[in-house]
Amino acid sequence: MKFLIRAPAAFIRLTYQSVYLALGQIWANKTRSILTTIGIVIGVASVTAVIAALTGLKAKVLTQVETLGTNSIFIQPRTPKTGPLQHASWWSIRFKPEHFDNLLEHCPSVSQFGRMTWVGRYTVSHREESVEGVTVRGTEPAVHKIDSRPVTIGRPLSVIDEMQGRQVCLIDPKLRNDLRLDRDCIGQSILISHHTFYIVGVLEARPENVFGGGDQENSEIFIPYKTSLKMQRYPFIMAIAESESAEVSDDALAEISFFLRRTRNIKPGEPDTFEVMSLQNALETFNKIALMVTMVAGGIVGISLLVGGVGIMNIMLVSVSERTREIGLRKAVGAKKTAILTQFLIEAIVLCFFGGLVGVGFGHLLTKVLASIPIIQLDMAYIPLWAIGLSFAFAGTVGIFFGMFPAIKAARLDPIEALRHE
Amino acid sequence: MIPVMQTVSNKNGKLIIRLQDVERIYKVGVEHIHALDGINLELFENEYVAVMGPSGSGKSTLMNVLGCLDRATSGSYELDGENTTEMTDASLARVRNERIGFVFQSFELLGQLSALKNVEMPLIYSKNGWWTRRKRAKNVLERVGLGDRIKHRPNQLSGGEKQRVAIARALVCNPSILLADEPTGNLDSKTSDGILKLFDQLHQEGQTIILVTHEDFVAHHAKRIIHMKDGQICSDLSNNKNPRNKAVTQDSTPEEKV
Repeated sequence: MKFLIRAPAAFIRLTYQSVYLALGQIWANKTRSILTTIGIVIGVASVTAVIAALTGLKAKVLTQVETLGTNSIFIQPRTPKTGPLQHASWWSIRFKPEHFDNLLEHCPSVSQFGRMTWVGRYTVSHREESVEGVTVRGTEPAVHKIDSRPVTIGRPLSVIDEMQGRQVCLIDPKLRNDLRLDRDCIGQSILISHHTFYIVGVLEARPENVFGGGDQENSEIFIPYKTSLKMQRYPFIMAIAESESAEVSDDALAEISFFLRRTRNIKPGEPDTFEVMSLQNALETFNKIALMVTMVAGGIVGISLLVGGVGIMNIMLVSVSERTREIGLRKAVGAKKTAILTQFLIEAIVLCFFGGLVGVGFGHLLTKVLASIPIIQLDMAYIPLWAIGLSFAFAGTVGIFFGMFPAIKAARLDPIEALRHE
Repeated sequence: MIPVMQTVSNKNGKLIIRLQDVERIYKVGVEHIHALDGINLELFENEYVAVMGPSGSGKSTLMNVLGCLDRATSGSYELDGENTTEMTDASLARVRNERIGFVFQSFELLGQLSALKNVEMPLIYSKNGWWTRRKRAKNVLERVGLGDRIKHRPNQLSGGEKQRVAIARALVCNPSILLADEPTGNLDSKTSDGILKLFDQLHQEGQTIILVTHEDFVAHHAKRIIHMKDGQICSDLSNNKNPRNKAVTQDSTPEEKV
């Protein structure tokens, strides 16, 4: 029982003593200590910065996915990787409107579905003002429900707009400003090329998109799908669907693929000429890539920590041989082997922790710098707590690993020999 | 001739050291060198012993064995009634910490530390002294007459002061014996006198002291002089009544200072 209390007490005392001695020693050799820890500093700084960047990217992607809805499914033509259609033009593999007829009835896992057309880029004008290169898209009403892009003023496109093929449109605030329309511009007319359209609603500005296509420069106009077919006989068609729930997302993908293969007359064994992709899928892909980047970065950081560790080991060996007489003296006045061992080990660990601390500081700075560069879109980068813990754990492990050998060497010194050492 | 046992028998203090047939054999290649060759020695509390002998006579080895830095190859060494021959390294370290104080010829102070920190050092490794180390170190420094130099570093101290710090460090754990290996070897004669007076004073305060020396005038401060030759004790004389007893010893090689 007594031993149970004494052993930890002795251990704590030993550790405390060793930390006390180690700090004194490090303080006495400031320049050397700082130079020695640079390797660790760089290693830890880079690991924290990489983790922060990835965390930021992930957070960014997640917020984007949330605005789009995780159940969303994107369907678009795509040339297959193999087979005779490998080099087919987009025209030959384009979707035709009838490809999607009755899709909802054949795909029970799909709750909503809407076609979208890319009509083209047009010059849009209102009185004297005109804007060039405005993307015009035709959308079925369901698209807006799936894409959950709120209408801030006015109303979304309705089923009646769709059925009657009305000349109505939704615009984004950028276009409204560029055309110098009133803030509440509902009911006003604009010219898309030479067609007159009435504005029924203003959409919220599109958030920046990590998946590409984050089109900030060009404005967008949404018109009813049927109207778009009148403007452009054979537009580029794609579709957005939504699965019943996240669980059946994979089922929905399979059902849509199956359905489209039949409507597009793809024979068994031939590759798909389209792509059905859910955000879930995309997220998984992203996670895989993120993991890979983490691994590669981890490997590089591991090497830099290894180099740093060798530096620590080297300086500790120098320290041991420099302080041979001191070790002899300490042993002569009653330091046990364990005391010498812990003293040198803790000195190495304290050095590494010090490096880790400075490294996390530098990593923080680096993250701030990364976050402040607008084009790389890492403004959400931050260092998560676990990364700090990981960095310190790494630094500590390096300290123990590379400090052990010099510490053992010191502990094994014979006091008589050591005191005779010149 | 004074018999060996006479000095021992006229003491009635506590027995501190008992060496029985202690041998220390070094193996150098195939050769066996008997650095200590059957040493028998008893030491009582508050004795003041000088160990003399030519170099290679084994006095340093004897000091190392007495100081528990080295183990006897055979024979037994009892310190304070405990047999140290069978002890583990850790127990020996503890014995060194609690019962033995070392004073070295070259002081062995740590250059980056103040006098106070140097004196505190043994207490860092002691079981009970940790929390009171500063106070105890101060007290001991005052005892050796350096109460006003506690913040100085070794390079700001004179040779004599350095040795006083070293003595304070040796005393800080209240050792049973104070082992001094040529404590005045690096000092001029005037400073040496001061150090030797300090030893006398400590002896009067009840400290048991063993010192190794080449010099007769140092040895004469001791109350008992042991001469060694070839790993054996060749004379063990009381210095009490006859201060000129060096004439009786056969082998001393006097190197008196001018």
